[in-house]
Amino acid sequence: MGQTPHIAVIGGGSTGIGIARDLAMRGLDVTLVEQGNLTHGTTGRMHGLLHSGGRYAVSDQASATECIEENRVLRDIASHCVEMTGGLFVKRPEDDEEYFQKKLEGCKECGIPAEVISGEEARAMEPHLAKDVDKAISVPDGAIDPFRLVVANAASAEEHGARIETHSKVTDLIIENDEVVGLEVEHASGEGKRIHGKEGGTEEIRADYVVNATGAWAGRIGDMAGVDIAVRPSKGVMTIMNIRQVDTVINRCRPKGDADIVVPHETTAILGTTDEEVEDPEDYPEEGWEVDMMIDTLKELVPMLEEARTIRSFWGVRPLYEPPDVGSDDPTDITRDYFLLDHDERDDLQGMTSIVGGKFTTYRMMGEEISDHVCAKFGIDAECRTADEPLPGSEDFSVLRDYMDEFGLRSPIGRRSVERLGSRADDVLKTSDPNPTVCHCEGVTRAEVQDAIEQSGSDLNAVRIRTRASMGNCQGGFCCSRLASELHGEYDETIAREAWDELLQERWKGQRHALWGEQLSQAALNYALHSTTQNRDNDPADGEPVDFAAFDSGVSAGEASGTADVAADGGTRNGN
Amino acid sequence: MAINSDVLVIGGGLAGLTSALKAAREGADVRLVSYKQSSLRHASGLVDLLGYTPDGEGPVTDPYAAMGDLHDAHPYQTVGVETVREAMDLFDDVTDYRGDHTDTNALVPTHGGTVKPTARYPTGAAAGLASDDRDVLLVGLESMVDFDAPHAAAHLEAAGVPFDVRGETIRFPGDLQADAKITRYAKLLDTNGEVAVRGRKKGARDALAERVNTVREKEERVGFPAILGDDHTDAVRAALEEKIGADVFEVPMGPPSLPGLRLEDRLFEALDEAGASFETGNPVVDFDADGDRIETVYIEKNGARIPNSADQYVLATGGLVGKGIESDRESVHEPIFDCHIEHGEDRYEWFDGDAFGDHPFASFGVETDETLRPLTASDSVEFENLRAAGSVLGGYDFAAEKSGSGVSIATGYVAGENAAAEAR
Repeated sequence: MGQTPHIAVIGGGSTGIGIARDLAMRGLDVTLVEQGNLTHGTTGRMHGLLHSGGRYAVSDQASATECIEENRVLRDIASHCVEMTGGLFVKRPEDDEEYFQKKLEGCKECGIPAEVISGEEARAMEPHLAKDVDKAISVPDGAIDPFRLVVANAASAEEHGARIETHSKVTDLIIENDEVVGLEVEHASGEGKRIHGKEGGTEEIRADYVVNATGAWAGRIGDMAGVDIAVRPSKGVMTIMNIRQVDTVINRCRPKGDADIVVPHETTAILGTTDEEVEDPEDYPEEGWEVDMMIDTLKELVPMLEEARTIRSFWGVRPLYEPPDVGSDDPTDITRDYFLLDHDERDDLQGMTSIVGGKFTTYRMMGEEISDHVCAKFGIDAECRTADEPLPGSEDFSVLRDYMDEFGLRSPIGRRSVERLGSRADDVLKTSDPNPTVCHCEGVTRAEVQDAIEQSGSDLNAVRIRTRASMGNCQGGFCCSRLASELHGEYDETIAREAWDELLQERWKGQRHALWGEQLSQAALNYALHSTTQNRDNDPADGEPVDFAAFDSGVSAGEASGTADVAADGGTRNGN
Repeated sequence: MAINSDVLVIGGGLAGLTSALKAAREGADVRLVSYKQSSLRHASGLVDLLGYTPDGEGPVTDPYAAMGDLHDAHPYQTVGVETVREAMDLFDDVTDYRGDHTDTNALVPTHGGTVKPTARYPTGAAAGLASDDRDVLLVGLESMVDFDAPHAAAHLEAAGVPFDVRGETIRFPGDLQADAKITRYAKLLDTNGEVAVRGRKKGARDALAERVNTVREKEERVGFPAILGDDHTDAVRAALEEKIGADVFEVPMGPPSLPGLRLEDRLFEALDEAGASFETGNPVVDFDADGDRIETVYIEKNGARIPNSADQYVLATGGLVGKGIESDRESVHEPIFDCHIEHGEDRYEWFDGDAFGDHPFASFGVETDETLRPLTASDSVEFENLRAAGSVLGGYDFAAEKSGSGVSIATGYVAGENAAAEAR
């Protein structure tokens, strides 16, 4: 093959985007398609833990070793997405001492720096830890923003020539002579960035090779080609608190169990999780008792969680996979390792490989392995550079800046903006125009919102995952209308209104699981703001035409200032 | 030794202020205590009676006519339509709000570009009515994210308003920070403070008018975000009207809302004039009762519990937003007297899945007898000398109906009147 091969990657989560970046950096032509926004599937629904590997140090040492390696790589190439919080495996009096020792040993065997600290030392680090915590193992866990990481990977892939299509669903695979030769794709709003109201359409994307990186959805793509990919989707709940009760990742040191981790994430703390097999990755029950269990179990580690405010809960679906001959009953026993399924070897179907299993922390390694595999198919000898080349935003950059002077931003907003933007801060924030704050909860300014709109089209949820605007305490109560107005500069009013509605509904949806106490009060306020002053529940632009002449037009509109008298309609007590 | 009064009103929002005012005007010795900032700072400052029926019909032209069709447990039915009129007369008497010349609702453009049905509106909003067919120029400020004039104008056009409307964004004269508070703009205009424009000092009102004049075409009215002064808003508006040569109006905004705060100030003034006493900033934390009579409530102040005794009490602490109603994972409750609040057992029954669906939480509140005394689960009176008013009442969704102000004024009025009549 003389020409550059064209590879189609299906799936815009961390795995797919990691593959796209890797292949594009190696000089291949790449098109990535994703049915929703980037991170739409499992990637956007995780607790944001950058694993040290400690979690798997007893049960799955291969995964643990990969985790610590990739943990080090990501700290380097994705520094603006990572916060090295450190992590603790905490032992309560009733937890098994033998397991504690095994964990410590396991960490050492896997090369994970681990150190035992006393309960007192642990509480000195994290004052809200329970008073009766015995001791803990300290490991290099961290927090990572999956949205920012995927967006940065996508930007890098595009810089290297890849085409990224979001809101583009694969409707079929094109198969000729037992070989996958392309995809049929349905674009929700045409090619390129998503713009509300822009007409969609189908497109046939021919490819020399197809990579199925759709995780929990891999079976659906397999069905299109008549191959069986038995992913075992397993759901887990995550509950977001409105503040960080802890600044260190807190894990419960016991073999396995639900509700055993608290991850500090940006302005919040995320409680996780459960592990329960489901049939359909898009349709499974989300229930209140799961949220209650997070709070009621994790308060054993951090008692103040009992009375704390949660802002929303969400569920993610792990794309677990095990070879058909293993047959685990309990999803927690299924390996977290990943599998590369070459359908030529496996099913006599050429032209496609699926990647299943695995976890977020090792996304880059999975991308490397599958890129090696694809390159080998075409006899291309190109080295992987994704472990060495920093992502856009993580290039050499000092975050110790004088925000006030440089960007005219007050300190907390400037600091948060620069943390999110990393080395892109100069490009985005240096503006001669006024740069007011649009989202106060998360400290997001107009310049950052405008930068995200440039990348996202009219999709305010895509702006949200890039900036965190509307993801804080008020869950968009104050900033949804502002974000719609920011769109209006670029897009017309109808599009802005549609995007505004979509964001309002999306923000409402996740709060369902947090509607009591402070957050119910917040939700009632948001509902009132949006319904009363903004009258968005009865927006006259959406409904039946209003008969304006039937309403009060003033005593005589001009009287106060002496201009011409205008008749008042319906100006008597007896109606109009 | 307790602080004594005939009537003690708990809560400083529209309902509490109205009930204290009414009770004082009836000759009672009245004391009002309030804790947090009232929700008037969140509200637009528009005073609505009924904009939509509970079935979502509307906008309603005649709110009084539509009240008759409300369900029996609605607070308007409890107090009666004629009483709502009396209560509005009291409101009209103490404020300079407009709209009292007619029963018909007005449609007022608000900051997002929709119109809101309302029965009364501040004088400053009067020139902005959507049923007035004169063309409109909306003026936004570059650094003010809550009012995007071109966006609001386009939205109003999409709503089919009977006039041409255009939005322009200008830079506020002077050197205000991008995140300057609303009150900073208002203060500059109140005092006509000097601002520097291209090196020359000018009064803020002149400088603002000059900027507007560069973008105004022939529109006869000009709308600004609601920042036109705090204490001297009429003077600010008059000065701008003179220099611009057009009517000027304010577009009601989200929080913090100056029109809401101005209304609050005016009502506190009226309360002072009526001879009532008030104390703000401290919560009621406990109470003593003798049988079904409340004897004393305790206010926490600097760590001390100060007893306040009265013959009659009015509970006007607000709803979920104002924290007059609280909840936890299992239940919904009224935190001061633990009055009964009807609610679904499962917290997932408290809301609808659609952001603007039919939310049960929106109607959470105490049920009362005809004289607004809260009832227990078995429909007996909680306390014979306690009445409730405003958003702490159940049975209506103020946000969907656009009835919050009217219910607060009407029930505040009735609670105040009854409390004064019962007081020894």
